[in-house]
Amino acid sequence: MAAMVVALRGPVGRFRSRTRAWTRGTRGAANAAGGQQSFDLLVIGGGSGGLACAKEAAQLGRKVAVADYVEPSPQGTKWGLGGTCVNVGCIPKKLMHQAALLGGMVKDAHHYGWEVAQPIQHNWKKMAEAVQNHVKSLNWGHRVQLQDRKVKYFNVKASFVDEHTVCGVDKGGKTTLLSADHIVIATGGRPKYPTQIKGALEYGITSDDIFWLKESPGKTLVVGASYVALECAGFLTGIGLDTTVMMRSIPLRGFDQQMSSLVTEHMESHGTRFLKGCIPSVIKKLPTGQLQVIWKDHASGKEDTGTFDTVLWAIGRVPETKNLNLEKAGVNINPENQKIVVDAQDATSVPHIFAIGDVAEGRPELTPTAIKAGKLLAHRLFGKSSALMDYSNVPTTVFTPLEYGCVGLSEEEAVALHGQEHVEVYHAYYKPLEFTVTDRDASQCYIKMVCLREPPQLVLGLHFLGPNAGEVTQGFALGIKCGASYAQVMQTVGIHPTCSEEVVKLHITKRSGLEPTVTGC
Amino acid sequence: MSSPPGRRVRVSSPGTSRQGSDAREEVRRRLKDLIEANRVMIFSKSYCPLSTRVKELFSSLGVDYNILELDQVEDGANVQEVLTEISNQKTVPNIFVNKVHVGGCDRTFQAHHNGLLQKLLQEDLAHDFDLIIIGGGSGGLSCAKEAANLGKKVMVLDFVVPSPQGSSWGLGGTCVNVGCIPKKLMHQAALLGQALQDSRKFGWEYNQQVKHNWEVMTEAIQNHISSLNWGYRLTLREKGVAYVNAYGEFVELHKIKATNKKGQETFYTASKFVIATGERPRYLGLQGDKEYCITSDDLFSLPYCPGRTLVIGSSYVGLECAGFLAGLGLDVTVMVRSVLLRGFDQEMAEKVGSYMEQQGVKFQRKFTPVLVQQMEKGSPGVLKVVAKSTEGPETVEGTYNTVLLAIGRDSCTRKIGLEKIGVKINEKNGKIPVNDVEQTNVPHVYAIGDILEGKPELTPVAIQAGKLLARRLFGASLEKCDYVNIPTTVFTPLEYGCCGLSEEKAIEVYKKENLEVYHTLFWPLEWTVAGRDNNTCYAKIICNKFDNERVVGFHLLGPNAGEITQGFAAAMKCGLTKQLLNDTIGIHPTCGEVFTTLEITKSSGLEITQKGC
Repeated sequence: MAAMVVALRGPVGRFRSRTRAWTRGTRGAANAAGGQQSFDLLVIGGGSGGLACAKEAAQLGRKVAVADYVEPSPQGTKWGLGGTCVNVGCIPKKLMHQAALLGGMVKDAHHYGWEVAQPIQHNWKKMAEAVQNHVKSLNWGHRVQLQDRKVKYFNVKASFVDEHTVCGVDKGGKTTLLSADHIVIATGGRPKYPTQIKGALEYGITSDDIFWLKESPGKTLVVGASYVALECAGFLTGIGLDTTVMMRSIPLRGFDQQMSSLVTEHMESHGTRFLKGCIPSVIKKLPTGQLQVIWKDHASGKEDTGTFDTVLWAIGRVPETKNLNLEKAGVNINPENQKIVVDAQDATSVPHIFAIGDVAEGRPELTPTAIKAGKLLAHRLFGKSSALMDYSNVPTTVFTPLEYGCVGLSEEEAVALHGQEHVEVYHAYYKPLEFTVTDRDASQCYIKMVCLREPPQLVLGLHFLGPNAGEVTQGFALGIKCGASYAQVMQTVGIHPTCSEEVVKLHITKRSGLEPTVTGC
Repeated sequence: MSSPPGRRVRVSSPGTSRQGSDAREEVRRRLKDLIEANRVMIFSKSYCPLSTRVKELFSSLGVDYNILELDQVEDGANVQEVLTEISNQKTVPNIFVNKVHVGGCDRTFQAHHNGLLQKLLQEDLAHDFDLIIIGGGSGGLSCAKEAANLGKKVMVLDFVVPSPQGSSWGLGGTCVNVGCIPKKLMHQAALLGQALQDSRKFGWEYNQQVKHNWEVMTEAIQNHISSLNWGYRLTLREKGVAYVNAYGEFVELHKIKATNKKGQETFYTASKFVIATGERPRYLGLQGDKEYCITSDDLFSLPYCPGRTLVIGSSYVGLECAGFLAGLGLDVTVMVRSVLLRGFDQEMAEKVGSYMEQQGVKFQRKFTPVLVQQMEKGSPGVLKVVAKSTEGPETVEGTYNTVLLAIGRDSCTRKIGLEKIGVKINEKNGKIPVNDVEQTNVPHVYAIGDILEGKPELTPVAIQAGKLLARRLFGASLEKCDYVNIPTTVFTPLEYGCCGLSEEKAIEVYKKENLEVYHTLFWPLEWTVAGRDNNTCYAKIICNKFDNERVVGFHLLGPNAGEITQGFAAAMKCGLTKQLLNDTIGIHPTCGEVFTTLEITKSSGLEITQKGC
């Protein structure tokens, strides 16, 4: 392996490599000579985590480069700097979720005296264009920020040459060698395609494509039961499309299962169709251009068929580690899921190579965790800090039509950890005030606080299903971080009239078997 | 000291020297038993001259009494501590008459002089009720329900005196009928108007002509309120609380007169009373104001659209009403005498105001009205308002369809016979001073809610106070209502949520140099595509540098501020610090997450505006 490195570097590189001078930050001088550029820190992947780490390191006075490259999706979709969250994740999905919510509000408005003439229709093109324009402005913003902080940005596909060197290939096939004292891998993940289903790759799209579609996806089959699947199906239904979710087993694996089934129950009652326990087997394109999907019902063994305009795979994500030539650097991955194995310091099996974000094994796949991890890592490397990322009690929210926010343990986890007899669950079904006038169904507006049974009843987890769940959950996440007890939450005076005040009014335990429906004020 | 003539009692059985909470509970039970079982119970110390005076007083009245000498019982210090918790009085002598805590030596003599003591001693224990509550609002109802849960015989007297414009309503008080509930619903109607505009940017297409129909909205809201009124009636019935739709007035220490709509009078007695009568909007005291102006008591059930409206006053009520009226498309002017949202953080208040201005609300600052005159009758009619500058001789004149007064609220405490039983009120503002267990100067009379002196006027506070009061009175609870760090939200077009201190108050309490203020402007994701301004929403926290950067003030101006603030208020209860904010992961993409990434201090003077993107 060493020989190959030397060959790639050419004579100057060889000399420097022999003298080991390059390891101590004098590499700037070598750049011009070898066509190779060297840095204190090289970040591979310009997503949330990578950019945060790069910017922070640059602010600490280091010479930093970011290599980012978007491999087009099988359907040919590609995008700019910023990674999944900005381009094909949180940002466009929350905006399309908002479009769907606004549709609900337009329909509610007449109850509140607004006279809106029928028909009310949704124009996909107009929404998609607005969302895409915003995303493009964010791409631009990221470019500007890197420039402002003097982070060198390479739009190249990076792969390891050795443990300090990366080869970058640009769109035109031109290569650049980049070397650095420290390398951070933050390449994230991409949607998974099924391998056994005929036509899946050819005709199916994923979340990489949906937000960039120029035309409405029309009648859509969403395959999968991850939060990505449910969120997409939710907003597609919300903007008026005929939407079906096909799931093999349970919804929102890893989340509290009572909450998860309330989420799908709500979606079902609002027009999303569910095919439970079904697995697709073939996708064919019909002469009309529509897609014919054949699937099998697992329980009955029966086959069924349906036609759709779009089939969206949301069956999981695979980390982007395949093309990195990690073996050249000696970075270990978990062969089962292809994720990079890291320690508490985010270091890989090679001490100066780190991995953060979705590509790292055992980390929550969330933008804010990647950002925080990236910043803390930069500080450990170049600041005077030793602060580690705390991955406990990370709050999150699923932006399904009825939002589901949670922090801490699910009821199942709490019971598994502490035992049924030591866990007390306070819960309530409530009706948001805004729902009353519009006669909206609030059957799934539900809150559950999982506590230790022993006084003062430390809060282990909070689960909130209702409007604005993300906004509601954030502050309580802090409370749980502060070690809040049930007693302290109860001492907090409510803000009236809000949905979040229902949290500080929880008083019915599951154990009591009492009716948990909130009545009146 | 001569040996006292009273009977001596013991508190702990021989040999009980158990430690810990069990033992403490035992002491408490014993003390409560003593108080319950004895007509006159004196806790004293054998050597205390004040105790002796009290004993002599009762002897001279020929009243039999019981004594517990704290210096002569085992574990007396501990007993005194528990007694402090029960009575909220640290010193001896500590006197109870007919279960009512009278106080120490001075208060006992005072009660003797003003006749209270004699009344207490004469008290017939067979009262009609254990508890009568005057006022069926948030606080009163919560107290009533909790007391009934504890097995007590409870009555609620509620009577709505019609507003000068003739508006009246059902059971539930201000919040439900003419406060939080209808205002939040009208705020929601206005937000939906904004949503209609946004929706086109998000791809929704429909006829450009969108009109708002006041009558449809008001009817829907009033229907909801009626269902709540009904719900309260039902709950009281289910809990066995006697509800009388009559005006309550004290006539004797333990007797109240209830006058119904028809003028029929009925008398009821109770051993304890809770005053929870709340407040009503204030009038200007100008000629024509009661005739022609409306208040928040009338607005929410107004049978016609108010049209061009002048809101007088910039309290949160004034700004909220002005905000939703403008959001429904009306021409709205707010007349401000001095500052916006007095008592709130003034930087935030100004931002609330400037967003409203941006939304088309006009502000007439430093003016007070001098004349309201009817020009035309009608629904609505036309009113002329003349106002004069607070700073000079300048006067302005304007014509409006509706003039809404929101200049403050007055406590309903002056016409309920408090003077007959000697309950003190603050003569200036009509508020009732209470101690930290919501007790007035008359020991068996308590007060909760908006009428309390120096306490926040908020529904959830009244509910909490009412519930805890019932538990203390009739349960074994000692928990007091904590009036610190109470969160609240002003539902102006852009909502303002806060908890803890305003920046001004924090500076007053901690001094500027001991504080660090972190702040930022932010752009909600939903506003980007909607094309709304990127430097309007604002987040600010105030930290005490010398207490681990503990957060002493939390302020947020943005959509859903109420929903966001609640959780942070819970965190402040648990001792929120800046470091903990830093350590908490945000929920992306939300507005709430902005608090987990605050970096810029006000003192640094650094730019907080958000760039185009």
